[in-house]
Amino acid sequence: MTEFGKILAFMILAIVFVIVGIFTAYLIRPHRPTDEKLLTYECGENAQGSPWVRFNFRFYIVALIFLIFDVEIVLLVPWVLIYQEYGILGFLTGFIFIFLLVAGMIYEWRKGDLEWDRPESEKFMANTFKLPKLTLPAKKIKEEVTN
Amino acid sequence: MIFDSIFEFTDNLFISLTVNAALPLVFIIPFALFAVWWERKVSAHMQDRLGPMRVGKHGWLQTVADILKLIQKEDIVPKVADRTLFNIAPVLTFMGSYAVFAAIPFAGAYIGSDIDLGLLYIVAVSGLVVVGILMAGWASNNKYSLLGAMRSTAQIISYEIPTVVVILTMVIVGGSFNLRELSETQSANMFNWFIFGGSYPIMTKIALIPLMIIAFIIIYISSLAEVNRTPFDIPEAESELVGGYHTEYSGMKFAMFFLSEYANMFAVSVLVASLFLGGYHSPFGYLGDLVGSPLLKGFEQFFWFTFKGLLLVTVQMWLRWTLPRLRVDQLMALCWKYLIPISILNFVIVALLMVL
Repeated sequence: MTEFGKILAFMILAIVFVIVGIFTAYLIRPHRPTDEKLLTYECGENAQGSPWVRFNFRFYIVALIFLIFDVEIVLLVPWVLIYQEYGILGFLTGFIFIFLLVAGMIYEWRKGDLEWDRPESEKFMANTFKLPKLTLPAKKIKEEVTN
Repeated sequence: MIFDSIFEFTDNLFISLTVNAALPLVFIIPFALFAVWWERKVSAHMQDRLGPMRVGKHGWLQTVADILKLIQKEDIVPKVADRTLFNIAPVLTFMGSYAVFAAIPFAGAYIGSDIDLGLLYIVAVSGLVVVGILMAGWASNNKYSLLGAMRSTAQIISYEIPTVVVILTMVIVGGSFNLRELSETQSANMFNWFIFGGSYPIMTKIALIPLMIIAFIIIYISSLAEVNRTPFDIPEAESELVGGYHTEYSGMKFAMFFLSEYANMFAVSVLVASLFLGGYHSPFGYLGDLVGSPLLKGFEQFFWFTFKGLLLVTVQMWLRWTLPRLRVDQLMALCWKYLIPISILNFVIVALLMVL
């Protein structure tokens, strides 16, 4: 029996435990559903609209940044065990890797992707797309267009 | 190892596997019952109340009565919910939080599965809890559940990064991914614990202590966030989201979410204790060593393990009534702008220190 077989036993036991618990309750509990009971709960009111409300797209950005960091950390896992055998050279190898990770993070930070609100988003948009502002003198707009 | 002795005794693979896997469960269920009561008592006394007093002396049977009540409750599945996913979610959540205990050593003689990559396994398998929570929120087809699940997922995955970086720091210091081996290197007395610099020569030890304290604080904060406890409990903020991802759950399925939450609390506490506070080791010698009884020593180790876990769980409850809830942008700022940069800096300094 390998050690992973024991882990499988843990997982199967957990599943069996939950199923047995719910099944015991199923034998004892009453079952009298009514239309009112089966409605979606919304603090006693009738549910307004679909539950698929639009939520903040920041959740998506957080997931993306997490993915990058997680992959980088997984790549560091073998390094932490063996680098001491190679002394300072081994340390430098890992350090360059972490340095790149930190550089990426500083870029994200400067770009404002770590802010939840992005209070300056208009400024960022203006910088990214170089929109000519209407308040600028006509001559300047002409210059930017020709550039 | 308990598994081998049971296997020799019974010579039956099935029985020994089941007993091996069931031992943490036998511990977790009474622990969860105790912890729910304990939390109510701690919070009551902090607010100058008495808390539950009716069932048993000082209400100590209150949670048993609660479980008996929950078993009898009708199980309501809303009409618009996705039935299959709705039923799978509590199973998956509990499985994720229970499987973590497979790699945690309860005493020198008992660890569910002695794999080499124990810490990596713990991080990986606790990711199943995220899937369970997201599934519960999605399948409920309810605004509160969905928002709660989204917030919970964003929070758990964000705070996983500082946790893993601190774990890697500890692997550099301890030289192994196996929690039992890490605990063994912290044996003898409390000055060998990693929070006091491990069993290194005195100069390294002194240099390590401040770094270890920073790492301890970081992993404790992020483990609080990973189990959705106050001050990081916006996923189930009662005042705005009713109950978060388990709004629509009732009866035994709700009890399973509750059980897995308390199991998680204990799991992260003993993980922190095993990494920094010597795991199951006593802060001073063992009575069992003096008498020469390995059995007594085993029970002493189990006592210290439970004691440390319970102590850290109590600190979690204490923090709940001390700190106000964080706003969502503050929560993300704390993780991405403070904990992650500090933990990476800490990691690099420790890595450099260990080769010098």
